[in-house]
Amino acid sequence: MLKKEGEIKIPAGCAISGIIDKKGNRFNGEDIVKSIALMHERSNGLGGGFAGYGIYPQYKDFFALHIFYENNTVKAKTEEFLNEHFEIESAGNIPTRKVASIKDKPLIWRYFVQPRIYKVRDLNMDEEEFTARCVIRVNKEFDGAYVFSSGKNMGAFKGVGYPEDIGEFFMLENYEGYIWTAHGRFPTNTPGWWGGAHPFTMLDWSIVHNGEISSYDANRRFVEMYGYNCSLQTDTEVITYLLDLLVRKHKLPIEKAIQVLVAPFWKDIERENPKKAAELKALRTVYSSALINGPFSILIGYEDGLIALNDRIKLRSMVTAEKGSKVYFASEESAIRVICKDPENIRHPKGGEPVIVKLEVKK
Amino acid sequence: MSSSLISPQFEVLRDENKCIQCKVCVKQCANEVHSYDEEDNVVRANDAKCVNCHRCVVLCPTKALKIRKNSLEFRENANWSGQAIDEIYRQAETGGMLLSSMGNPKNFPIYWDKMLLNASQVTNPSIDPLREPMETKVMIGRKPEKLEYDKDGKLVTEMPPQIELNMPIMFSAMSYGSISKNAHESLARAAENLGILYNTGEGGLHKDFYKYGKNTIVQVASGRFGVHVGYLNAGVAVEIKIGQGAKPGIGGHLPGIKVGEDVSATRMIPVGSDAISPAPHHDIYSIEDLRQLIFSLKEATNYQKPVFVKIAAVHNVSAIASGIARAGADAIVIDGFRGGTGAAPTRVRDNVGIPIELALASVDQRLRDEGIRNSISIICAGSIRNSADIVKAIALGADAVYIASAALIAIGCHMCHSCSTGKCNWGIATQDPDLVKRLNPDIAYQRLVNLLNAWDHEIKEMLGGMGINAIDSLRGNRLMLRGVGLNKKELEILGIKHAGE
Repeated sequence: MLKKEGEIKIPAGCAISGIIDKKGNRFNGEDIVKSIALMHERSNGLGGGFAGYGIYPQYKDFFALHIFYENNTVKAKTEEFLNEHFEIESAGNIPTRKVASIKDKPLIWRYFVQPRIYKVRDLNMDEEEFTARCVIRVNKEFDGAYVFSSGKNMGAFKGVGYPEDIGEFFMLENYEGYIWTAHGRFPTNTPGWWGGAHPFTMLDWSIVHNGEISSYDANRRFVEMYGYNCSLQTDTEVITYLLDLLVRKHKLPIEKAIQVLVAPFWKDIERENPKKAAELKALRTVYSSALINGPFSILIGYEDGLIALNDRIKLRSMVTAEKGSKVYFASEESAIRVICKDPENIRHPKGGEPVIVKLEVKK
Repeated sequence: MSSSLISPQFEVLRDENKCIQCKVCVKQCANEVHSYDEEDNVVRANDAKCVNCHRCVVLCPTKALKIRKNSLEFRENANWSGQAIDEIYRQAETGGMLLSSMGNPKNFPIYWDKMLLNASQVTNPSIDPLREPMETKVMIGRKPEKLEYDKDGKLVTEMPPQIELNMPIMFSAMSYGSISKNAHESLARAAENLGILYNTGEGGLHKDFYKYGKNTIVQVASGRFGVHVGYLNAGVAVEIKIGQGAKPGIGGHLPGIKVGEDVSATRMIPVGSDAISPAPHHDIYSIEDLRQLIFSLKEATNYQKPVFVKIAAVHNVSAIASGIARAGADAIVIDGFRGGTGAAPTRVRDNVGIPIELALASVDQRLRDEGIRNSISIICAGSIRNSADIVKAIALGADAVYIASAALIAIGCHMCHSCSTGKCNWGIATQDPDLVKRLNPDIAYQRLVNLLNAWDHEIKEMLGGMGINAIDSLRGNRLMLRGVGLNKKELEILGIKHAGE
């Protein structure tokens, strides 16, 4: 019998695409769907998904939990748990439309919630940590329930199918965001589980990823020392946890965190002036187990912006371009051109060279 | 006294058609196996004295010599082997403990050989180390839990001292006394050339070798031989030796016959006196005592040198390792039961301790379970035989490995297991000046450099095959390993899947 994602590690190839408006102007999901659709050949219909930032302005102070349920029994049990831990401001189905190719859809629900203050105080943690732990608990302990999005004023939409069909299914034209990312998946072997599609998210982090990291188990065993549980066994999951650990828990500036994930080569560190070399050396020495190895290109969305990252020797494609206040990212240049006439500053970032685009306005 | 009941272990075979009576074998054999009979113009051999070190075989200009196992057999008996019987004869004759040298030779499982490595195919490209950067540098030392920056992005965390190794390999402790000065010089020069470290062992540091300080680990063991503040500050790291894989729970004994002028001065003991290292450190009877010694040594070296703590792999090794990490050590060395020795009681060597692979896997996992693995380096020792063993050790969780037997083999050791006699024909485990000068450091150090460079190439090749371009990403990456022919419990302890899974 085929094993579910999480019970087995499944390598996958992929297409990714992303758009950010630096000025924070919001635009609907049509462009991102069009862009990822162009790279149809890079997916195989076994997974597609999107993340949008700025899509819930009316609920921007609430954690938006997107949850798949396999049945009503587990839904009832999960909701009991949610009620115990959160004040639920609003709950309901995520609206979808019928699409011929999308089958076997789970129950798809959305909750806007705030942690119960006395619970957070009791545990002596902040709201983010509390919410993250609750999400991890649901995903680990409630068989048949899976929280696939848990950030504020952002959300992931994903499922089994080609990404353009998933976009149509979730009616993304009805959402407006200032960042969009998309993912089309080409898993080598999967029974097709909705939770296994990308993006992978945690709190405000969302990651779409093309590649297969060969450092997976080194990264997993490192991050699991700090209370994470890599239940999905996907690369995207472990990368998200690494970032969450470095930035949210260890409070590293995002630029330093990126230098951990794609550490400069020792020979390049030695070329720096002694002070900078010592700093880089310290970073690489302390966090050597968080270095990501193997071919990948990833797009990391977070509340302040969008980051594109390639492995250190550029084993996966990644193109960026600009037009006006928008910056585009995609696995292929054509996926940018299809939604942007005459793009400017088209370039292929070097291996290990991050492209960090921050919002110019504080959201 | 009646004649010995012990039969020779080996037979010396001389092809009389090839032998030219040049007497090279006579001169070369410190065990006095060969003798020249002038009257008959033949060279004869006394098999009983032969230890099978191959010195005569290698140097015989006409290749007239062969050594083979004595074909004399006891009556077949699955329980009473020839060795078991001979050992009883030996003890009945002498009344003493049996002594052995080098590592445990018994037929226990070698887990290295029951683990296989992964390689990339299609979904993940392998990387060619001849075309792409491939990093095998490692940093050994204590790591802070996290790094902190001020608001200008300047690093404010102070880094504890780190040792930079060009490859994840070091030469393990072998004292001056147990091995010769020329052997020490070879190790020191090779370490310098390779950008790695060698270890003084518990014998002090010869005055001629202070110049290799940047590549030296100085050891402090239970006898404290040769320890003074200059010595502690001479190297780049200090190692506290609690135990040794070949003889867990046992001290050491360098017989007075090996303590000549030079060894005496280096160890700070009188010429000709036995150097006896007690079984425990008499100032360490508990983990809190160890902490005191760790910090005494850090004080003495102004917190500039990492302090390693070396223990033998014993049953409770992971709990002990956790204690060592919490006691403030910068690195923990785990020495497996196959590790070599100049001399150990045979029964201890062959029956005490556990396999390094299991010990390493369990220590790494335990430190992770406690969330402190990243704070300390793990060095794996005790019979690393080749580069594949190293790759597997690192995948199980080691930061680096120690090698010693392999290094001695590189400079001529033929594993005759007779170090304790002091008559090493290869000039390695001896203090006899005539034998020592047979080992030419100019040649020997180059052989060590060759060996480790070759291994480094092989490690890079295997890393590239796995789609990894820095050894950091191999450390603890157990998905890169699969077991073959292992039972469920063994797989569980090693933390790996079976091949085919």
